[in-house]
Amino acid sequence: MSGYPEYMYESLRKVDETRPKRLEMAKKGLINFLKPMTAEERDEVLSKYHPDYMPDARRKIRIGPNKGEELLSDVVDILEAHSIIDPDKFEIGEPDYETDVLIIGGGGAGCMAAIWASNEGAKVIISTKLRLGDANSMMSQGGMQASVNESDSPAIHYLDVIGGGHFDNKPELVRALVTDAPFITKFLEELGVMWDRDENGNLKTAAGGGTSRRRMLSCKDYTGAEIMRVLRDEVKNRPELITYLEYHPAVELILDEDNNVSGAILFDMETGEYLVVKAKVTIIATGGFGRLHIKGFPTTNHYGATADGLVMAYRAGAKLLYMDSAQYHPTGAIYPQQIYGFLITEKIRGYGGQPLNKDGELFVYPLEPRDVEASSFIRACATGQGIRTPDGKWGIWLDSPIIELIHGEGTIEKAFPAMFRQFRRFGIDIRKEPMLVYPTLHYQNGGIEIDEHCHSTIPYLLVAGEASGGVHGRNRLMGNSVLDYNVFGARAGIESAKLFRQREFKGRLHIEHIRNYEKELKENGIETKRRSPILLPEYRNLKTIEKHRKDFDPFLPAGL
Amino acid sequence: MNLIPVYIYGKKYLVPEGSTIITSIEYAGFKLKKGVGCREGFCGACASLYRLPNDYKLYGGLGCQTVVKPGMHIVQIPYSPAEKKVYNIDELTPNNEPFNKYFPEVYRCVSCNTCTKICPQEIQVMDYVQAVIRGDISLAAELSFDCIMCGLCNIRCPAEIPQFHVAMLARRLYGKYIQKKSDRLQKRLEEIKSGKYDEEIKKLMTMPKDELKKKYFLREIKLDTD
Repeated sequence: MSGYPEYMYESLRKVDETRPKRLEMAKKGLINFLKPMTAEERDEVLSKYHPDYMPDARRKIRIGPNKGEELLSDVVDILEAHSIIDPDKFEIGEPDYETDVLIIGGGGAGCMAAIWASNEGAKVIISTKLRLGDANSMMSQGGMQASVNESDSPAIHYLDVIGGGHFDNKPELVRALVTDAPFITKFLEELGVMWDRDENGNLKTAAGGGTSRRRMLSCKDYTGAEIMRVLRDEVKNRPELITYLEYHPAVELILDEDNNVSGAILFDMETGEYLVVKAKVTIIATGGFGRLHIKGFPTTNHYGATADGLVMAYRAGAKLLYMDSAQYHPTGAIYPQQIYGFLITEKIRGYGGQPLNKDGELFVYPLEPRDVEASSFIRACATGQGIRTPDGKWGIWLDSPIIELIHGEGTIEKAFPAMFRQFRRFGIDIRKEPMLVYPTLHYQNGGIEIDEHCHSTIPYLLVAGEASGGVHGRNRLMGNSVLDYNVFGARAGIESAKLFRQREFKGRLHIEHIRNYEKELKENGIETKRRSPILLPEYRNLKTIEKHRKDFDPFLPAGL
Repeated sequence: MNLIPVYIYGKKYLVPEGSTIITSIEYAGFKLKKGVGCREGFCGACASLYRLPNDYKLYGGLGCQTVVKPGMHIVQIPYSPAEKKVYNIDELTPNNEPFNKYFPEVYRCVSCNTCTKICPQEIQVMDYVQAVIRGDISLAAELSFDCIMCGLCNIRCPAEIPQFHVAMLARRLYGKYIQKKSDRLQKRLEEIKSGKYDEEIKKLMTMPKDELKKKYFLREIKLDTD
């Protein structure tokens, strides 16, 4: 029995009909039949169909360190906004906590930084908005890139990364990423991460979009979940050095009289209480911005991915890089509606899964870099090659049954237990039927600019993971975000342990930068009710709320 | 939009048909701060218990993955009260010993299989607990691999075993000590340490953009060899 509505049967039949021929092509090597796009073809599809190029996608920011630059409009919205903290009313007073290193964000980068900082003897506080490990890191499915095969090398990895990023990546960051990758693999192995391996103990490797070698290490399709739960377990094994404060997001940074970053103000979302943490070094590891729903797209991201760190750092004077681009994952679920926008791992295509139009035809090389692949899906739907969903959206097929024919029966259950389970819960057996997909908002390519030791452009503020900018240029390749949070999380931890020992505070702690920012908003004629960071997205039924609460303000961050 | 009645913490609300537990609670007007996480079935934050009309059974599920039904009674379990034991993984041995020390309650397992029945990931929970009791850490690690640590097993266990913490330890022991490893990775590490790739990478870093672009688009794509 099909999990799809009857009107799709005709299209599904075509997918079945073309499969034997496509299987033959796959067995002979798809690359011999279907070439990846040239530089010109890439430019064409990106400029016409990538959401970053849609009207109003970007606008000039009128305030702060990047003033005058074009950023994503949804990002400008949260930057051209008031602080949650009223600088006239808030008194810093005696700190509630003092520590060597404050890490804002308890995801992959934050936990990795905590482990490495504590290895060097630093006392660490992790403040995190939800639970430790509640982060995009947990949700990565497909893998982590590391050049571990003999046919591969860090240099080849380098070229793939910088080409995928359209040559905009900061070279020293790419070098750090690719050179540390095999060491990170080993480090995680020693913590007990269960990497997929072959019978000889070699790490299993798959292809990914834009990779010229098989370089994707994995833990089935729970790669991020496996790494994150191990890192979290390790953090919790170090109570003498690491304290973690859950449900305590940071809302603003604190400076000393030299304007060096000196900690943060935390907000207890349950009690409404503010807490002050004085820290010799502060690391922002708050992740990305998926829950801003850029251009109205659904997202693969965690509930807490609201770019809080970006806002805090920007108000304190840190420069952002490449915030004019967002990553849309080519394969988000578009049907059934309960899983709208959910991630379907790129590993499906790494294992031979093929994107098809309504006639069951393969219309693009399946492993282009993500922005190119996603744009070509959007083009297919815009030019009448898509399949309509019952609620009026459009998608294309991602043929998964072909994986069982390429790699043998049982491969899907073994290599993709999460995807298999996800779709079966909603009545679709992906061993037998394809998935219906459309691009979904996935990753913040840019962020707070860093150097190879994770320094932002302001003193004593380090940044790691998705919150940072420069590693991936304007387009990240699959498997490089898991790698990124591990590599730069570790680097931030190591660097913080060096920095805290030389730190001296000058004078009193203050938040004058908030007052100045408010002044700048006024001087530039920016009038808004909006306050940021928003902390959590708003999904309530507004009608219901208005009925019960007349004073409801949709711009009010959660818990206020 | 067709609205159906559900009971959230005992109070009746009308929510859209086809909603998940999470989206129905939000539709009802709650701003979730606990009991919600990745919203895609990977983090275990939204464990929920529910009953259906005219059915004595207590069901468990993930709030983000469970579609509501008319008359459903729903409660969220945002936290499973189970202590995470503190250990140094480098000092442990991959056998029963660490479990005897940290989780002696595993031996209280009465093989009732309630844990397996409630698991939203359909893991054979009881089987991996039994594997731990037999000292078969590899089997426990493999059987429990898809665990997202939502804690429903622990909530229901009459022997009060924190299964998901036990499984976490089993997997770390397996990944670190038992899983077979080749020396390929070690070789790569030594190559990097010896500086084998430094010059090549340096060259790429300083190459003019046009030349780099050309090199990239002409690079060999070789996906069929290790």
